[in-house]
Amino acid sequence: MSETTIQLGHGGGGLLSRDLIHREIMSRFGEGALKGLPDGATLPVPACRDLVFTTDSYVVQPLEFPGGTIGDLAVHGTVNDLAVCGAVPRWLSLALILEEGLPFATLGRILDAVRTAAADCGVAVVTGDTKVVGRGQCDGMYINTSGIGEKMAGFELGVDRVRPGDVVLVSGPVGDHGMAVLAAREGIRITHGVSSDTAPVHRLVQSIGDLAPQVRFMRDPTRGGLAAVLNEVVEDQAVGILLDEAALPFSIGAKAAAEMLGIDLLQVASEGRMILIGAPDISRPVLQAWRRFPEGHGAAQIGVVTETPGRVVLQTVTGGRRLVDVPRGELLPRIC
Amino acid sequence: MCLAIPMKLIEVRSDGTGVGELDGSRHEVNLCLVPGIAVGAYVVVHAGFAIERMNEAEANTILSVFQEIAEWQKQAVEAGKP
Amino acid sequence: MNYIEGFRNPEAARGIRSRVEALAAGLPARDRPVNIMEVCGSHTMAIARYGIRDVLPGTINLISGPGCPVCVTPAGYLDAAIALADRGVTVVSFGDMIQVPGSSGTLAASRSRGGRIEVGYSPMRALELAETHPDREVVFLAVGFETTTAPVVSIVDLAIRRGVKNLSLLTAFKRVPPALTALLADPDIRIDAFLCPAHVSAIIGADAYRPFAERYKVPCVIAGFEPLDILYGIQGILEQITQGQSGVVNQYARVVTAGGNRHAQALMDHYLEPADAVWRGIGMIPASGLRLRPEYSAYDAEHKFGIRVEAGHENPACACGDVLKGKQRPPDCRLFGSACSPEHPVGPCMVSSEGTCAAYFKYLR
Repeated sequence: MSETTIQLGHGGGGLLSRDLIHREIMSRFGEGALKGLPDGATLPVPACRDLVFTTDSYVVQPLEFPGGTIGDLAVHGTVNDLAVCGAVPRWLSLALILEEGLPFATLGRILDAVRTAAADCGVAVVTGDTKVVGRGQCDGMYINTSGIGEKMAGFELGVDRVRPGDVVLVSGPVGDHGMAVLAAREGIRITHGVSSDTAPVHRLVQSIGDLAPQVRFMRDPTRGGLAAVLNEVVEDQAVGILLDEAALPFSIGAKAAAEMLGIDLLQVASEGRMILIGAPDISRPVLQAWRRFPEGHGAAQIGVVTETPGRVVLQTVTGGRRLVDVPRGELLPRIC
Repeated sequence: MCLAIPMKLIEVRSDGTGVGELDGSRHEVNLCLVPGIAVGAYVVVHAGFAIERMNEAEANTILSVFQEIAEWQKQAVEAGKP
Repeated sequence: MNYIEGFRNPEAARGIRSRVEALAAGLPARDRPVNIMEVCGSHTMAIARYGIRDVLPGTINLISGPGCPVCVTPAGYLDAAIALADRGVTVVSFGDMIQVPGSSGTLAASRSRGGRIEVGYSPMRALELAETHPDREVVFLAVGFETTTAPVVSIVDLAIRRGVKNLSLLTAFKRVPPALTALLADPDIRIDAFLCPAHVSAIIGADAYRPFAERYKVPCVIAGFEPLDILYGIQGILEQITQGQSGVVNQYARVVTAGGNRHAQALMDHYLEPADAVWRGIGMIPASGLRLRPEYSAYDAEHKFGIRVEAGHENPACACGDVLKGKQRPPDCRLFGSACSPEHPVGPCMVSSEGTCAAYFKYLR
C-alpha cells in the first residue's frame, strides 16, 4: 500500500478495510482474543467474583501533546476508572473513529502508544471496531475504550460511607495533563515545563488491598479536577471537606502555566492521579505504599472531612479560608 | 482586567517579539510596549504583551521587607511559647 | 528568580495581619466599618482566592468596585458581538467574555449555533487569524481597562504596518480615573480609601491618583495582586487613616512608576480618543471610554459593518450601582437570589464570578 493518509474506503468494509485492520491492528494486538478476528471476545471469567465494567470516549485536541497522546489516555483513563472502583483491569475494547486524511504515521504512533500502555497495565485489547468519517467530521481521531476488571475483595466504596475526620489523599501533583493540553493549543504558545501526567493508577490501588476495608471512596480527578470530584463527594451530604493549600501538590511547570493563564489548578484535569478518602489511621500506610511507585511519587494528604455540610473549603496561605467551587463550563484562560 | 505575570526575558528578537520564562515554562511575548528592553530583564506580561519592566532592585527591596516581617513573626511566636 | 512565591509567604501574611489588627483596633470608634474599595477585577479575584476577607477584622469592609471591565460591559455590546458572529464574521474574544449574558444569550451559545467565535489569550490571535485568512473578516472584542487597551491598540498599529485590512475592533475600552470621579462625586458615597489597581497603574502612572487623594481626601494605595501585596496595601491604608493622611502611596514600585509607561500612553493617544461610555449597572460615565479616532475608522467594527452598539435591555431593578458604591449590600437588592444568580446574572456584581453579589451568593448557598 502506498497511501500515506486514511481514506473513506478504509472504513468501507472491503479490501481496504481489511488491509487497514491487518496492517495497523492485528500487527499490534493480533495475539490472544483477536486472533481470527471474531465478532466478539470470549473471555474466561473466574467464578464467584464481581466484574466491573466501564466505558469512556476520548476526543482530546491536539492528538499528540507534551507527555502523551490520545492513545495513552484511552488506555490509562479506562484502566483508572476500573482501578478506582477497586478492580484489577483485565480486558479492553478499542473503537476507533478516524477522519479521512489522517496520516497513517499519526495513526501508527497512537496505536503504538495504545499497545505500550496496555502491555504496561497488563490489560489485553480483545475486541474493537474501526470506522472512517469524512474530512471535517471528527478531529483526526476519536477513541472509545470499554474495560472489564475483576473486583478486588474488601473494597466497599461510596460517598455515603465518608465520615467527619476521614483523610483526603492524592497520589501526586494535579493539573499537569489539563495544562499541557491547554498550553499546546494554538494561540497560547506556552512551551517547555509542563507535560501531561497520563499514567495508570491500578498498581497504587493494588498496593493497598489489605487496607481496603478502611477506604471509603476513590476517584481519578479528570475533567473538572479536584474541585469537581471533591464537590461531588460532599454534594447533598452531611459532611464537608477542608483542604490545606500548603499541602496541595503541584508541579512547577503546571503552576507556572496556570499563573500565566489565570487558571485555578484545582479545576484542571489530571490523567494519572487518584484521590482516596479513608479512615484517619490509613493516611501514613497508604502514602508510604504509594510513594514506592513512580506514579505515586509526590503523594500527599491534602485535607480532612469535616462536619460543615456540602462545602469544600480551602485554607489558604494567608490563613483565610475560601470556598472551592464546582467548576462552571469550559476551562478558559482569563486576563481579568 | 489586569492579570500580569513577572517573567524573565530569555530571548529578544528584532521584530519586537521575544520569549519570557517563568520557572522553566516559556511564553511568547510581544515587546512593542517596552522598546529597548534587553535579554535578562524582567517584565510583567498581560495578554501576551510585556506591559512594563519589573525593577528588580525594587522587587528585592519589598521582598526583604516581607522576609523581615516573616522573621519577626516567627520570633514572636517562639517568644510566646512556654 | 521567581518573583511570585516570595509574595505568598504564610509567616509574613500572619505578621502583616497582626499589624492590620492592631491598627484597626487603634482607630477611634466609628458608626460604620472602614470601607476600602478595590477597583480592579484582579484584586477582587485575588481577595477571594486568598480568603482575605476572612482574616480581616470586622471593622474593615472590602468593597468590590466596578473594576471588572468585562462585567461592566453592557448587554448591548454582547448583542452586537453575537450579531456579528451570527452573520459570519470571525469574532475573537478573551475567555472572560464567553459566558457574559447579552440581552438574550451568550457568545458560548452563539458558538454552539455555529457562530465562528474563537477564544484568544492574546489580541495577537486576532491579527494572526486575519493574516492567515485574508478572505475572512476578523473582529476582536476590545474590552478592558488601560492595561489591556495598550496591547489591543498595538495590534491595530501592527495591522496598519503590515497592510492587514480585514481586522477591526469592537471597542468597549474603559478608563479607571473617570470611574473614580463618578464614584466619589456621589454625595452619599461611603468610601474611605482606595486600593488602586496594580497594572492599570503601570500604564497610567501613580500620579494619576493625586487629584483624587487631594480633592476628596481619600488615601490611595497602589498594591500588587499577590496576597502579601494586598494585606500590606490594607496596612498602608490604615496607617494613613490613623495619621489623618490622604495621599497616594505606591506599594507596587517594582512595576509602577510615577509617570507610568509613556510609550504605551503615546500609542493609545495616537489611536484613541476619550468617549462617553455606558457601564452596566451604573449608567453613562462621561469620557470614561476610549474609541478609535475617526482617521482609523477603517479598523472600527461599528463603522465597518454599519452597526451601533445599543444599550441593550437591563433590568431596572438591578441595584449594582448602589452595591458598587457601597450604599447597599447584595441581599438588599430585590433581584438577589431570585431573578439574579450566578447561573442567570443580571448586573456586573453577579456576572463576575467573584463580584460582591456572586461571592455573597456562594456563601449563602
